Amino acid sequence: MQFMLLFSRQGKLRLQKWYVPLSDKEKKKITRELVQTVLARKPKMCSFLEWRDLKIVYKRYASLYFCCAIEDQDNELITLEIIHRYVELLDKYFGSVCELDIIFNFEKAYFILDEFLLGGEAQETSKKNVLKAIEQADLLQEVCCSLPSS
Amino acid sequence: MSDVVEKTLTALPSLLSLDSQSGAGKLSSTSKLGGLIRSITELTSKHEEEKLINRELAAIKEQVSSPNTSMRQMKEIMVRAIYCEMLGYEASFSYIHAIKLAQQGSAIEKRVGYLAVSLFLNESHDLLLLLVNTVLKDLQSTNLIEVCMALTVVSQLFPKDMIPAILPLVEEKLTNPKEIIRRKAVLALHKFYLIAPNQVQHIHSKFRKALCDKDPGVMTASLHIYLQLIKENPDSYKDLTGSFVAILRQVVGGKLPVDFNYHNVPAPWLQIQLLRILSLLGKDDQSTSELMYEVLDESLRRAEMNHNITYAILYECVKAIYTIYPKSELLEKAAKCIGNFVVSPKINLKYLGLKALTYVVQQDASLALQHQMTIIECLDHSDSIIKRETLEVLFRITNVKNVAVIVEKMLDFLKLCNDDYTIIDLVGKVAELAEKYSPNNEWFIQTMNVVFSLGGELMHPDIPNNFLRLLAQGFGSEEEEQQQLRVFAVDSYLTLLESDTAHLPQRFLQVISWALGEFSYLKDGLEPCKVTKLLAKLLDERNVTSESRSWILSAMAKLSAGPGAAALALQVSERYSSSLDTVLRQQALELLHLSQDPELHARVLPHGAAWDSFEVDSSLSFLDSFVSEALSQGAAPYKAPHQRQEELRQEKALSLEPYSISLPVSLSSCSITDRQSPTLLSMSSSLSGNSNELKAGSSTLKLEGVKRVWGKEGYLHQQDAVEEAAQVEEAATPALPLSPQQGGAESQQTHGDLTVVEQEKQKLASSLFVGLGSQNSTFLMGKSDSTSQQFRRKTRAADSTSSGVSERSSSSSHSSCSDFLHNNLLEDSQNSLNTQKIGVSNGTHEGPVTQSFQTANGIPEEDGEELGNPLPVIVDSDVASIGTETSKETSPFLDAGMVLVQPCSPQTELRDFVQPGSSGITQTSLRSQFPPELSQLPHSDISLLSSDHSLSLSACRAYRDDALLFVIILSNCSQSSTNGLSVQLDCKQLKVASLRGNALENLPAHSMSVCWYALLMEEPHTQVTVAGSVSYRAVPGHTQTLQFTDKLFLTDFIRPLTLSTEEYGKLWLSFSQDVRQNLKLIQGEGDPLRATLSALKEQLQLHIVDIIGSEGIVACRLLPDSPCLLHCRIHGGSLAVWLRSPLLSLPDCLLYYCQKTLEEC
Repeated sequence: MQFMLLFSRQGKLRLQKWYVPLSDKEKKKITRELVQTVLARKPKMCSFLEWRDLKIVYKRYASLYFCCAIEDQDNELITLEIIHRYVELLDKYFGSVCELDIIFNFEKAYFILDEFLLGGEAQETSKKNVLKAIEQADLLQEVCCSLPSS
Repeated sequence: MSDVVEKTLTALPSLLSLDSQSGAGKLSSTSKLGGLIRSITELTSKHEEEKLINRELAAIKEQVSSPNTSMRQMKEIMVRAIYCEMLGYEASFSYIHAIKLAQQGSAIEKRVGYLAVSLFLNESHDLLLLLVNTVLKDLQSTNLIEVCMALTVVSQLFPKDMIPAILPLVEEKLTNPKEIIRRKAVLALHKFYLIAPNQVQHIHSKFRKALCDKDPGVMTASLHIYLQLIKENPDSYKDLTGSFVAILRQVVGGKLPVDFNYHNVPAPWLQIQLLRILSLLGKDDQSTSELMYEVLDESLRRAEMNHNITYAILYECVKAIYTIYPKSELLEKAAKCIGNFVVSPKINLKYLGLKALTYVVQQDASLALQHQMTIIECLDHSDSIIKRETLEVLFRITNVKNVAVIVEKMLDFLKLCNDDYTIIDLVGKVAELAEKYSPNNEWFIQTMNVVFSLGGELMHPDIPNNFLRLLAQGFGSEEEEQQQLRVFAVDSYLTLLESDTAHLPQRFLQVISWALGEFSYLKDGLEPCKVTKLLAKLLDERNVTSESRSWILSAMAKLSAGPGAAALALQVSERYSSSLDTVLRQQALELLHLSQDPELHARVLPHGAAWDSFEVDSSLSFLDSFVSEALSQGAAPYKAPHQRQEELRQEKALSLEPYSISLPVSLSSCSITDRQSPTLLSMSSSLSGNSNELKAGSSTLKLEGVKRVWGKEGYLHQQDAVEEAAQVEEAATPALPLSPQQGGAESQQTHGDLTVVEQEKQKLASSLFVGLGSQNSTFLMGKSDSTSQQFRRKTRAADSTSSGVSERSSSSSHSSCSDFLHNNLLEDSQNSLNTQKIGVSNGTHEGPVTQSFQTANGIPEEDGEELGNPLPVIVDSDVASIGTETSKETSPFLDAGMVLVQPCSPQTELRDFVQPGSSGITQTSLRSQFPPELSQLPHSDISLLSSDHSLSLSACRAYRDDALLFVIILSNCSQSSTNGLSVQLDCKQLKVASLRGNALENLPAHSMSVCWYALLMEEPHTQVTVAGSVSYRAVPGHTQTLQFTDKLFLTDFIRPLTLSTEEYGKLWLSFSQDVRQNLKLIQGEGDPLRATLSALKEQLQLHIVDIIGSEGIVACRLLPDSPCLLHCRIHGGSLAVWLRSPLLSLPDCLLYYCQKTLEEC
């Protein structure tokens, strides 16, 4: 996977994760172009897009669009399921997730993403294991907060 | 899922007005961020947002630089900075603080710090170096979470050069008791492998251990590495096939913990990864494929549930089945499966079905027939991606009968398309189809017209080049048909020029003007005057670029002989002879000359001369007297451009001598000749201790403020102006409007009742799928060359007669010319470049395009006399090797001249000598086959690469000083002779400098033939695989091929670089980047440094420049001429080596072999 973008129906970027090195200018350009293209598509249309030399796989959940860029030989359907698994993880973590959770706690959403996908590849596909890792890190945070001297 | 996520942003204001207690913990864990987000949502305009964020950023900036800010506050600030960056505002001042946070914070803050770093920076960012120490510390931490965080950040971004620093620590983590650490370590190594493969080559055995890990997560992670490794080199991992199959069988059988299930499907990600690996392993390999048939069958059978995830697995399974060695039973099942995809009402599945069809139809066209109605429906689908994929399927089933319909569909799509990538791709495909399957001339020309208009400046330059070559060379044996094609072209171009030309792309204008110049005489009753007038009109058009103008002028020069045209030519040449563009000016002058001298015109530009009947005296022997006269008058001898550059560099290096008295003078001269030199200067001054004089040097010319008017290329302003103009003109070219038929056709399809539509579809189907019936074997549709091509290029062999004619006519320069062709052009492509440059040596021409164009028309004869520079007299002594059958050989230079728009590729069919030899194949007997020039070279053992019942193929590597010779020995072991042998070698990473004897008309029984490729490695690789094939006919009319592969290593391309210590010093300073590595020292009797270096010298062909005390300097070069310098020093029991090279990856690759050599010692 080359990158993942989350944006709202209004075109506001909610999360961005780049797995290939690109300049900020290029990132902005890609984001702008893709948000426009994806938002212009009708609901019954194919979830896949050809864009430059890449494949874009996107899916809408309520007001949020999840959008991944993969290479041509990659499997589009499994990418769609990666998006779904990520939403499941968010849902489990936040407890029926909504866009607001992601807006206000985007750093948590990033932490979960980093436990699930690493360097553009699926790292851990067991839902239980991902959540366990996140919980452990969160637990540590709480310990730190309560005992700042340690 | 989507039912759950019903709250949307529209609900935001009401949510915010609620009592904040209820959602407090969730919504505003960081209150300031919450405040920021809330205030942004309340804003109405972009402008206000900008103001707010700028205020916010200013506040953040103040806070981060305050010493009183605690790490805890810093964490909160960082989150806000990330948010601002996400909104598109730059907060680069906070990057350094993110690194600080990761470094100094406690775990909770560290986590945010690392996150901020991974979001803010990318791999090449300089600040990343500051993170290395933090990562090192955290990797050694006893806290599991900290180690995890460090590994996470490392797998996302890490500076390539610093990998050695942390590699041992990451490796160590592979044996950590915690599976999460092992998993992350494997992924970190995957990342390292991707960015610097050479660094992790020594730990491949540890990957195997990860593959056998008891934790499925770690095992899955290791598959990412294996997929990458196998993609690059499937042969080395065939032994693992059994393991992969066993793992897949267990996964499919549900042996994994339930945790890994996804919607009741066991570990789908793992399954797909394994399927991809298996398909790579089984490709073209029957025995390996047989191992996997069973498990593939089971995968197909098990994936029955109606859910996306099962379809994803099915798709991958089908893809694997069609990639590996085929088994009919499985193919049948896979085909059925694809059928389900294609007819599915779900659009995503339909898309994948079509995608699968694109590769399936190449093997089994009947599947396309089965789904023809669906394909027709998809052609009119409202979603353009479905249409696009359908066209892709059609592209692959095109044959002579359906080409017209399919191309029409593709062009229709193109006309509505505005995506550059798609246009480039489709235009290329249409051109390919048109060339291959064109039903008639008129259609071909019209289709290509549309291609040129739609493709514009975007399309691949090969398309117009190939088209022109086709027009020029012809495509078949029938002269009449060929003339007809040309007349058609002329006709249609005249019509185009008579209408508005403003919308035509430049490339098309160039094609038009060339074709008109060459062939308009073929049309009866066409006055050259009329064509010239049209061209002159075009010439004055504002949006025509100067490159196109140059093409137009050339065309006018060809036409200028006709009555009436001369006057017009005079007019034009007067106008352009004062042009600022030197190329145009020169061409205008040539036009003037030619139009006034009909005799000269007839000689230089004869009408309708066969393209290959031009005699090009490539040795320029007619200038010999001129050159010798100039030399005798004291002119400097000619130097090739690279020689001149070399000298310039040496001069420059000399001028950098810090102690030189003549410093001011040489310095100033070097700053003028090369703008890079100031950096070199500062570098050398910082390196040498005695640099005060230099630094004080106000002697350097201050060039910054001075406007650069004159440069290396001459007067600069004028060139810029041309470029600018070109840009403006390109931008001004508008898109082509739709053709009226298009609209008509569509309305016809939408109106009308259902039955009519149905009938239309039936008709379309029959026209699309014609020729796909069972009597047509599947090969007919494939892209294989066995297809009868409509426009097949003339094979080179057919040229032999005409080139023979030209040789006879060029009696005077014959011998030197042919020597030149065989040795300089073929043997050494650099020389061939020189000869191309000769024509340009007065420095006025802009590019090779126009240059070679003129050469083809013989204009340089005029031109050559004006040349100021003395030219080389090319003499070659190496005549002996090409003795036989000169007349059979084509002359590549003539060929190159006719390419017109491409520089010539040094590819010919040279007959090499065939020596009848004994049939017993032993090393010595093979070696005895070597021609004298090879047998003296050091070479590797001869190994048998491939063989079949009639031909066996062995190869060895011979090490010539300027190239690696890959020598292929073909021996015919059958009882009868084979015919039409031709050897093809394919390796993208290497450059073929020359080749000999790769085509052979016949090889008698029990005899051998040798052919060799001189290879160069321009980009360093540790090893490359060369693949190739020999095609031959044992039975007349039946062509067989024999495939072979071999590996070549970097060391094959390394040669010693002999230079003195001083030269080494200068060269060392001229490279800036160095790579450092510690190597093992060889401990033995005597000096360990000497022993180690000489071991390296032995094995790797290095040159030891000098050894002083505990330091040694060594140099080598990668063929053709990339130096690599090593500076070795004994440092605490190991050998510290610094490497420098202009090629950034060369030191890494070389180090790998140094390590390997020393390990083996």
